[in-house]
Amino acid sequence: MSSPSPSAGPRGPASRRFPRLLHVVVDGSEPVVEGIIRLCGWSAILFVFAIFVFVFHEAAPVLFGGINLADFFSSTDWDPTSVVAPQFGILALLVGSLAVTGLAMLLAVPLGLGAAVFVSEFCGGKLKETLKILIELLAAIPSVVWGFVGYMVMAPIIIRLSGAPIGVNLLNGGLILALMSVPIIVSVGEDALKAVPDSYREAALSLGASRWEVVYRVLFPAAKNGLLAAVLLGVGRAIGETMAVLMATGHSVRIPHSVFDPICTLTATIAAELGETPQGDTHYRVLFLIGLVLFLVTFVVNLAADLVVKGIRSEKSG
Amino acid sequence: MSGRYWFGVVAGGVCTVALAGCGSSTGGVQMVGSDTMVNVAQAWAEKYNAQHPEAMVQVAGGGSGVGIAKLIDGTCDLANSSRKLEPEEIQRVEAKRGVGPIEHVVGFDALAVYVHKDNPLDSISLEELAEIYGKEGKTDHWSQLGLTSGSLGSDEISRVSRQNSSGTFAYFREAVLGKGRDYKPGMISCSGSKDVVDLVAKTPSAIGYSGMGYATAGVKMLRLSVHKGETALAPTLANAKKQQGGYPITRPLLIYTAGEATGPAKEFLDWIQGKEGQAVLLELGYVPVRDHE
Repeated sequence: MSSPSPSAGPRGPASRRFPRLLHVVVDGSEPVVEGIIRLCGWSAILFVFAIFVFVFHEAAPVLFGGINLADFFSSTDWDPTSVVAPQFGILALLVGSLAVTGLAMLLAVPLGLGAAVFVSEFCGGKLKETLKILIELLAAIPSVVWGFVGYMVMAPIIIRLSGAPIGVNLLNGGLILALMSVPIIVSVGEDALKAVPDSYREAALSLGASRWEVVYRVLFPAAKNGLLAAVLLGVGRAIGETMAVLMATGHSVRIPHSVFDPICTLTATIAAELGETPQGDTHYRVLFLIGLVLFLVTFVVNLAADLVVKGIRSEKSG
Repeated sequence: MSGRYWFGVVAGGVCTVALAGCGSSTGGVQMVGSDTMVNVAQAWAEKYNAQHPEAMVQVAGGGSGVGIAKLIDGTCDLANSSRKLEPEEIQRVEAKRGVGPIEHVVGFDALAVYVHKDNPLDSISLEELAEIYGKEGKTDHWSQLGLTSGSLGSDEISRVSRQNSSGTFAYFREAVLGKGRDYKPGMISCSGSKDVVDLVAKTPSAIGYSGMGYATAGVKMLRLSVHKGETALAPTLANAKKQQGGYPITRPLLIYTAGEATGPAKEFLDWIQGKEGQAVLLELGYVPVRDHE
């Protein structure tokens, strides 16, 4: 794709004007500004690294011999404060996290991509701006508010409509998480569609393609990496969410057999239990080990999204 | 909804850090012990410190055992405990401090068993509760308790509990299931006393336990007996305060001092047992020891 990027035009003259302005304003203090900016860049890496080291340090004693790691990953018994024998099996929590994320994506991906296509291709002017602002607003709602909606509003509705014994369950958590991930999928997906050069659309339309055919046959293949990145970022958002799932899923340790079963996730377990767990206790360390597992999962998802986005860039420049 | 809980966690954490940082020889009244009581202790300290800044009351949790150990060492003035001292601990206080420990009952922690307001059940025994909540317990359906699922929405009992690191979780387990028995897996865990009641109010098939001060219009508190067929008692302040034959899931909230409390510690203790301290207790869902209506 060697066609000029749509933003290259306006950016050209602006970038030529900017250094002159900067020169007048800061006159000679360039090394200071450069140093500050460099510090900002490095600090982000430093913080992430420091957090990782801290989590790893707290989890290390149980990672190397404190508990049976095979049981940790394969047992569904999670009873860390048992009076008989503490059980540290996270299989049910892992399955819970994956189930709720999977269900959320099943709902959010078609909805998010559909909205992205609509905003990018099928509407313009005021409606487009209004929709974009509203969708961004959706992303600004705090997760505890989402959780509250799930707990107080959706739970009774689910019970009434489905006859399920309890309203805080996999379905409730999945719906809430889907609503939370949609804004990310829409805004990243819309950017990906916008990046497809107009010449593609014009070429397809001139060949007699309908608007749907343009979207389905031309835009989707051309923007597939960007759209995949949008989905993966949505997954990352969903799997790391804590407060909303703690409140909306029922927080019950079990392997779900239907969407009406309450579940328990990795993140919610840490949030619920860490506060009152004695520091340095095996239970405390196992919670940090769960943090490490989460770190790994999110890292893999983000890395995948990053590689995919990089894929678009190299494809565009190549 | 769980704001108070999170506040407690944060405040407790900050307080622990502060104490660990400066040791206990900073003057001021040191109150250490029971995790069950740490929230109420924190609330007492906050209110009292605002009125008497010179008292500098500092609170830390850690468990009843920690408070008693510090009382023996002489590193705290007031030891919070949700259990009575063992005879051996009394001897150690006497040996180390030269005076015996004195017990002050400052309130009661009574757990109510909640069901949805439309649930026809009116009373239950601890035996039946143990079958519902206990590991390998046989009761999973309301029909096993003789109820039809008409108003319950579902025959399956949804067991609502607390997160496993909470003191209430441990207390209910010991009081209802007995020592050495775990909960049945698959309970719904709530992160706060109020959350339990809120969830039961929204779930017709649910049963849950929480402090009796949290009752709302959407739930019903069951009358409790120890064995099936015995007279069941309602969770009222009067029943909870009875020493013998009273409401079965209740325990005193105790503060121990080495000998009679003196100076600022005594003033704080008197304040706790007075009108304002007891009001704080009631506000947090505990049962006051005196009525100051």
